[in-house]
Amino acid sequence: MRQRQASQSARRAREFEAFVAGAAGRLLHAATLLTAEPPDDNPRARRLLTLALAHTYACWDRLRGEDPYDRARQYLALRFAHGAWRRHGILLGGRTHPSGPLSHLAPQERLVLVLRLYEGVAEEQAAALLGLPTERVRTICDRATATLLHPPRGPAPAVVGAKVAAS
Amino acid sequence: MNRTQREAAVRQLMERGTPQVPADLYADSVRRGSRMLRRRTAARRLMWLLLLAASVAFVVWALTARPWVEPPSTTTPPMTGW
Repeated sequence: MRQRQASQSARRAREFEAFVAGAAGRLLHAATLLTAEPPDDNPRARRLLTLALAHTYACWDRLRGEDPYDRARQYLALRFAHGAWRRHGILLGGRTHPSGPLSHLAPQERLVLVLRLYEGVAEEQAAALLGLPTERVRTICDRATATLLHPPRGPAPAVVGAKVAAS
Repeated sequence: MNRTQREAAVRQLMERGTPQVPADLYADSVRRGSRMLRRRTAARRLMWLLLLAASVAFVVWALTARPWVEPPSTTTPPMTGW
């Protein structure tokens, strides 16, 4: 029994290391896009990613053929969606100038954009993950795309960042 | 600019500037993940233990109190010599 457990945990560690080596770069990029931090200074994105990977590690034995990357991405997105409104109040006051390509967008717009376009998740799946209707996801995606390609002049309006994905 | 072109432009915008993966990411996530696993195991064990204790307590109570036995009557005097 103990031996079986030991061999199982060794196998898990081996597989998980390979998974992290392959997936961490892309997931970290996605997390950095979500948090709108500069690529070389992204403590929040790293924290998000560490949590998502730890969660994936914890349920590694129960994946049963499911894609661990998918699982980690889902956890990352949900964690960001739930964490964003909590931090919002703090960030409004103490936020240093956000940078990164998506910094002018609201957290929900960033989330939808990253899921849909960067990660290539299908519209229906993204909608199901965020608990939104499919049309709403499409609208948010279109609006975010338009904002990104034609950035508004002057400082972003205060409404930006007020709405956050609920799921 | 149609939809596909717009999406391609946004994708290109997002692909820029890949962040460096920190070296301790793997160790850190394994540490947190195994802590989660340990906690889960402990919680499961505690739950089973509680369940066991509760069922033992119930069996002992049932054997001592015997709630299925009809309690002796306290209102009517026993009928003897009729």
